[in-house]
Amino acid sequence: MKKDMELANEVIRISGANPIRCMKCGKCSASCPSFNEMEYAPHKFVDMVVHGRIEELMESKSIFHCLSCFACVERCPRGVEPAKIVEAIRVVKQRQIGENYLDANDIPAIVDEQIPQQALVSAFRKFKK
Amino acid sequence: MIYSYYPGCTLKTKAKELDIYARKSLEALGIEIEELDNWQCCGGVYPLAKDEIATKLSSIRTLNQAKELGRPLLTLCSACHHVLTRVNNDMKTNGDINMRANNYCAFDEPYNGETQVIHFLTLLKEVVGFDNLAKKVVNPLKGRKIGAYYGCLLLRPSNELAFDDPENPSILEDFIKALGATPVVYPFRNECCGGYISVTNKSQATKNVDKIVASAKYKGCEQLITACPLCMYNLNENAGADKIEVKYFTELLAEALGVK
Repeated sequence: MKKDMELANEVIRISGANPIRCMKCGKCSASCPSFNEMEYAPHKFVDMVVHGRIEELMESKSIFHCLSCFACVERCPRGVEPAKIVEAIRVVKQRQIGENYLDANDIPAIVDEQIPQQALVSAFRKFKK
Repeated sequence: MIYSYYPGCTLKTKAKELDIYARKSLEALGIEIEELDNWQCCGGVYPLAKDEIATKLSSIRTLNQAKELGRPLLTLCSACHHVLTRVNNDMKTNGDINMRANNYCAFDEPYNGETQVIHFLTLLKEVVGFDNLAKKVVNPLKGRKIGAYYGCLLLRPSNELAFDDPENPSILEDFIKALGATPVVYPFRNECCGGYISVTNKSQATKNVDKIVASAKYKGCEQLITACPLCMYNLNENAGADKIEVKYFTELLAEALGVK
């Protein structure tokens, strides 16, 4: 339990967001373009952080489906900023040794002629620490 | 007034049209730019983690260079504009980031967010003026039904970007009107194309793109315009069966100004 809340506090510190403010209206999840791809939708993320369930989130592929499009941040009536919370969990996971989601050796198989540098730079910022 | 121009990584490679037609158009409009020496890539995405300083440094160096020249910083790519604007806000409002970044960079004078970051579209709207722009059009794009694709990065979060109304933007529609074409408003114009997810999960990007293209075609768009090379890539390369022609907004501008 102690470890759970320590991890939750780390997520809150890194994100600068305040999940306690959430009133569970679900507007973030309704706005999320990745809703159908996620095991835990954005409003669930926020609730799980409040209850210290960070390791479950770190083990879920859901964290790698967030697009950082900020629709949830824009539309949250309580200023909770779910995208920052998702990112913080991604960061906590990927700062562990061997937990990067993308490896430079994966790239040759992924790239096509048209892919812009912007895509690769962005993906590495998101999926590798 | 000379603007310091920040092209960013992709405008020198996969998005050359976005850059070339912008330069030609600005020349036709009598606006002088000079590319920043030694600019560095902004990183493509804004580092959201509050304790990440290193990933913000390239933007801070760019912003400081513009400050030292005493010029506003002109951006064109949506992602560059997003990242530079948000890092600039951090340097203005976040004491911890400001202190640690300045401590590391050790510029002649500390950088405190003095540079004005201005997007090309805002320049057209506020410096040139869309009425004036309309007067300079030599090839009006009459009868063309064009949909503006905003995507995410120019609009959100609106409290930091302050670019346009995040839910009902109008700057690109006003731009299309100024060029003599007909703007078509459609519901998915400010929804995400999938962005960087196409690197790790193409099918997820395809689902997003298909909704955008279907929404645009249903409302009668014949063509879309964008300011973002990654939106361009996803809309073109990761669409499912149904496709739509996509152009950079600067290419349309150059065409209307007769410099294409």
